[in-house]
Amino acid sequence: MIRLTAITRTFHMGDQAVYALNNINLQIASGEYISIMGPSGSGKSTLLNILGLLDKPDRGRYELDEKLVTDLSEIEQAQIRRERIGFVFQSFHLVPRLTAAENIELPLTLSGMPSEQRQIRVEQALQAFELKERAQHRPAELSGGQRQRVAIARATIMQPSVILADEPTGNLDHQIGAEVMTLLEDLHHRGTTLIVVTHDRELGARAHRQIGMRDGKILTDQANATG
Amino acid sequence: MRLVDTVQISFKTVLSYRIRSFLIVLAMALGVAAVVALTALGDGARNYVINQFSSIGTNLLVVLPGRAETSGAFLGAVLGQTPRDLTLKDAQLIGRLPQVRRYAPLNVGEAELSAANRLRTVTVLGSNAHLIPIRHMVLAQGSFLAHGTESNAQIVLGAKIAREFFPRTQAIGQRVRLGDSRFLVSGVLMSQGETMGYDTDEIVIVPINHAQVMFNTTSLFRILIEAKNHSEIESAKQAILATVKQSHDEEEDITVITQDAILSTFDRILQALTLAVAGIAAISLIVAGILVMNVMLVAVSQRTTEIGLLKAIGASSADVRRLFFAEAVLLSLAGAILGFSLGQFGSLMLRLTFPQLPAWPPAWASMAGITVALITGILASMLPASKAAKLDAVNALGKK
Ligand SMILES: Nc1ncnc2c1ncn2[C@@H]1O[C@H](COP(=O)(O)OP(=O)(O)O)[C@@H](O)[C@H]1O
Ligand SMILES: [Mg+2]
Repeated sequence: MIRLTAITRTFHMGDQAVYALNNINLQIASGEYISIMGPSGSGKSTLLNILGLLDKPDRGRYELDEKLVTDLSEIEQAQIRRERIGFVFQSFHLVPRLTAAENIELPLTLSGMPSEQRQIRVEQALQAFELKERAQHRPAELSGGQRQRVAIARATIMQPSVILADEPTGNLDHQIGAEVMTLLEDLHHRGTTLIVVTHDRELGARAHRQIGMRDGKILTDQANATG
Repeated sequence: MRLVDTVQISFKTVLSYRIRSFLIVLAMALGVAAVVALTALGDGARNYVINQFSSIGTNLLVVLPGRAETSGAFLGAVLGQTPRDLTLKDAQLIGRLPQVRRYAPLNVGEAELSAANRLRTVTVLGSNAHLIPIRHMVLAQGSFLAHGTESNAQIVLGAKIAREFFPRTQAIGQRVRLGDSRFLVSGVLMSQGETMGYDTDEIVIVPINHAQVMFNTTSLFRILIEAKNHSEIESAKQAILATVKQSHDEEEDITVITQDAILSTFDRILQALTLAVAGIAAISLIVAGILVMNVMLVAVSQRTTEIGLLKAIGASSADVRRLFFAEAVLLSLAGAILGFSLGQFGSLMLRLTFPQLPAWPPAWASMAGITVALITGILASMLPASKAAKLDAVNALGKK
């Protein structure tokens, strides 16, 4: 359960203030599947970053599961990012030095889980995302689709309750993109809240709730009966 | 995040940036190696000098005429006094002191030695039978002024002179002429080479009274004294000063040098020299530290997106700081270990090249080198690590 109240985020370019988010109110129930669409620069990424605790609003309240996260300490916020939120990026953001398996393992390592338990979890994830043959390959040796599968495996390895995906298919061709969306939707089917930013109307239409943004404001917010 | 995992991840990072890691390790290693090898050289030189000094005698005191202290000499000059001669009588008085085991009066000069159709100038030491043991010289053959022969005109030849004059025949028992007097060769010194600038292989030793006649003098050049034991050196010195003062009409006009004091002075000087050299070498470690800092700063900006990503998947600032910190510590540690090995190897090479130089790196220097390397590495990584930790996740991820 997410509740944003009067969230505002401004950036200062010289002496000019840019409202990336302008007085946003949004409530998201657990297990929802939401797509966020809108033109470039409308504030979609900023919204996702605030939801993912990567960025702080200038004003407003952010409650996650009835808890006000805006004034948690840095360490507590890191813990929420680690345990409750999974991030998927357009450009994958894999660590180039680490193998696919090691990239997937990273959040578990950060959480302080002992190595034997990590291996079991990573093994399961490799299986689930059909990456077993690629486990020991470095990101540079993987295709775009494989990289995004590694990134999704990494985002879900801690079994977060919310997945935030910022244009996850933006760097993939149409068919691979559709496959990646299917993977994300599978996670949603298992109860995870899924929030996807996308440019692709067709993909966006698959979500049960579509949010349209412009100039840092939510213009449209409609449930999709057919979704 | 667990410590083992932090170290493991950093270790992988260090390995994957091969050239960069190699250069840092090398810079650190050269600094540590310089500390280890240069202190080995300094300490080797110190031990060499000390050994040389110890080899000239044990519990040795040397009496020389005149006051060494400037104030005394100045006062003496003002009062129109010249130092009184040191005489055999003084030497005998000293010999009776309870702290003195034995003494050897000494006159030194040069004279022509001729025998078996050969002629050359030699350094002549005039002394008594005790000179040889006091100065740690060893007779290869024969004796010098053995009991009952004290008044004989005996001469001891240095090893090289014996070889030169009597290459085929036995030197002992031969008659030689030194200056205008005749002597009977009674002993030959064992070859010892040069110690403290004296080549004992090229001297001859004759009885003191013969030497004083030959050089037409009654004053001694030195009196060498061996104290009964180490703890009595200082009291021997005071007793000698008092005795000679009394016999010199209450004028304190001699100087007593103890081997001990000279040794500790040399020890101090050379120790200071070694320390200075180590300090200079340690500066190269500071330079290496600055290099580490720069390289780590570059690494932080190169890996900005990665830091952003780590934060996005739940790394705290402390985790990020520790990762970079561990990286610098690993690099410094590798540098310190490699440098220590290089330094040990360099010292070994020094010892092989100069066998007479005991160039062993002192333990304190190795410890200090390694410690300074680690501390500079750690200090140098603090700024980059905290810079990495402070990076804002969104901005970091946004960078390309
Ligand atoms: N770090 C930043 N500094 C300055 N301006 C920013 C920054 N991030 C975003 N913005 C501005 O905020 C607005 C919204 O950006 P963003 O959320 O990235 O839009 P979208 O993801 O919808 O394309 C844009 O005008 C953008 O220029
Ligand atoms: Mg965006």
